[in-house]
Amino acid sequence: MIRSLRTTIVLFVCLTVITGVIYPILVTGLAYLVFPYQAHGSLLEDRGKVAGSKLIGQNFTKPEFFWGRPSATSPIPYNAASSNASSLGPGNPTLVKHVAKRVAYLERMDPAEKGKRIPVDLVTSSFSGLDPDISQAAAQYQEARVAQAGGLPIRLVRALVRKNTHYPLLGFLGEPVVNVLELNLALNKAYSANVPQKS
Amino acid sequence: MMDTILLTGSVVLAALALAWPLGWYLDMAYSGRRFWVTRFLGPVEAAIYRVSGIDPAEEMSWKRYALLWLLINLAGGIFLYLLLYFQPFLPLNPQHLGSPGAGVSFNTAASFITNTDWQDYSGETALSYFSQVVGLGVQFFMAAANGMVLAVALSRGFSRAGSTGIGNLWADLTRTVIYILLPLAILLSLMLISQGAIQNFSPYLRVHLIQPFLDAGRLVTHQTLAMGPAGSQTAIEILGNNGGGFFNANAGHPFQSPTGMTNWMLMVGMLLLPFSLVFYFGRATGNRKIAFSLMGVVLLLFVPLAILSQQQDLQGNPVFHALGVTQANQAQLAGGGNMEGVEDRFGAGASALFGAIATGTSTGAANSAYDSFMPMSGFVNLFLMQLGEVAPGGVGSGLASLVGFFVISVFLGSLMVGRTPEFLGKKLEAYEMKMASLSILVMPVLVLVGSAIAVSLPGGRAAILNPGPHGFSEILYAITSPANNNGSAFGGLDADTVFYNVLTGILVLLNRYLAYFPLLAIAGSLATKKRMTATAGTLNAATPLFAIFSAVVILLVGALNFIPALALGPVAEQLSLPALHVPAALHRG
Repeated sequence: MIRSLRTTIVLFVCLTVITGVIYPILVTGLAYLVFPYQAHGSLLEDRGKVAGSKLIGQNFTKPEFFWGRPSATSPIPYNAASSNASSLGPGNPTLVKHVAKRVAYLERMDPAEKGKRIPVDLVTSSFSGLDPDISQAAAQYQEARVAQAGGLPIRLVRALVRKNTHYPLLGFLGEPVVNVLELNLALNKAYSANVPQKS
Repeated sequence: MMDTILLTGSVVLAALALAWPLGWYLDMAYSGRRFWVTRFLGPVEAAIYRVSGIDPAEEMSWKRYALLWLLINLAGGIFLYLLLYFQPFLPLNPQHLGSPGAGVSFNTAASFITNTDWQDYSGETALSYFSQVVGLGVQFFMAAANGMVLAVALSRGFSRAGSTGIGNLWADLTRTVIYILLPLAILLSLMLISQGAIQNFSPYLRVHLIQPFLDAGRLVTHQTLAMGPAGSQTAIEILGNNGGGFFNANAGHPFQSPTGMTNWMLMVGMLLLPFSLVFYFGRATGNRKIAFSLMGVVLLLFVPLAILSQQQDLQGNPVFHALGVTQANQAQLAGGGNMEGVEDRFGAGASALFGAIATGTSTGAANSAYDSFMPMSGFVNLFLMQLGEVAPGGVGSGLASLVGFFVISVFLGSLMVGRTPEFLGKKLEAYEMKMASLSILVMPVLVLVGSAIAVSLPGGRAAILNPGPHGFSEILYAITSPANNNGSAFGGLDADTVFYNVLTGILVLLNRYLAYFPLLAIAGSLATKKRMTATAGTLNAATPLFAIFSAVVILLVGALNFIPALALGPVAEQLSLPALHVPAALHRG
């Protein structure tokens, strides 16, 4: 029995070294070699500064930017150090209240879309609270507001939305989405080109 | 609906297509034969045997096999507990995270050695890279291997005759890790990373926000990005049907599963080894047709439930409609449907399918908030677990349970038509029946008694987030999942309390060690019996009719045990949803 115990422990140590040390180091090494950009978080740069990851959403609130989905992370929305979902059930009165509030806010901020139904992903929070994307309909819903508040022709805004729309390889392998972060970075560029030397 | 069928079909067919050759590969690896792969990895295997003093040819009786199985589980559990508890004193902790405490350490250790991966902590705020990689990562491999050897031992019970041994546990574990899990995990890791999953050991990264915003009067200018080796951890978490997320948002976190494509890969990855083991069982027992019969049962149970779940979530929430929201099933709307707790790049359909696969395979990973699913989609998650994790169930443990159900079905079927019960050339007697029944009855007792305790005590009820019948579903889920070694959750329930840490920690241990010991006993008993030749009087288990019969037996056992509980939870919620009061002032539909 003592021998079996010894064998068990030595075997466990061997397998721990292989799966807990060699495996992660090997994969990290290969990732650094072949996919360094992805391994470090697909970071985006804006005027020489790291402006976030294209995979992680940010909380946009100004009318001249496209807004992402509501985020349930705490203590602040889009807290990328603590992903979280609302976990509210489909009939929970709190969920009803949240959605109704968001609907009212969007109707007020996007008067051009009056009478249209609001795309579901714009009023519901994502699982991670970090969803970097919105649906095409959710982007369309905001185009008029963004163009007006940013002082850009709506044609240009639409073109930027189209440029930042990502389609899945095959129709059923995921959904087409608009990356809010990349889109807003592109808008930012257009704004600074529009207003040279503000100071 | 078309996309739903295409998606489900593509995932299941891809998993089947890969599982067929993998079934052959498993048979080669477990038999200890030399083939081209042993040329590369054989020396590693031999080195482990030499260092540990293992003779791979030594045969073990089922009792020794089971005891050593328990022993290596125990070693893993103690190691993991200490590692988590003393986390602040260990390296690779750039965020200086403190000890998670005795409650979380015990619950996590129990849960991860049993391939449950119930999580009462949030990965990025509670665990260091060292705890994740050397603690949990090792158990991702070990717990999966511990499950797979159950299926291997059981198959030897059928393939051997007049033998007292059912194989060598140490060799089986080593071969599982080296030949099967490791190569697959490296491959899947790189596929995930190529799509954008992160893989590093950097401190969390502070980045400048593109647009600073005001939060409660304070200007927020930065965002902190959690980092870590998410790619390698996700790959094995999925392949081994473990399911413990690197981040709190698990497979819904963009750094773990960045695209619709990775979501699809993860779904195939969860089904891959359970399916392969079914084909392996056919080869190893020398009766390939039985594999089709077993697979038929799996698909008969799984596919309709998975499609129901997708259809329910895609239909959307009637309450949202009343509030003036559109949930039409269009690509324009990222698929539409109930998007609460769903990531846009996956859509509601693929999220419900992921949920069905994660609960059907005992993976317990999540790419969406199961707590926010439509009631009948949540029902599917619950029911797939309550069937006893057989559709197709976790790696190894699922196949073992499925064979247990077949043993019972053969017995019932044979008695119905007045024949001697025998399965794969082995006579089934009172001993096998007792053990199979015992194995199947452990889980329902744990779930029903556990739920009764949780709803009766204030500690159980206080943790609820959602009011009404959904609150009961949260409790039922929090008991069902650990008692089936699944690990998924209705995340609203506050599981990090003394009450739930102790209760779920005990449940995972009881189910894992009580339900699978009897199956090893069956393996041992069958291996000693001599093989009988099939005659005209033998009930043939490898027929479509028998597959349907077994599926009905499984459904009946599951339904009889759990319909009352399910009626109080998701069914009651579904019925009350259309009548839900939306204040007239908010009504826009």
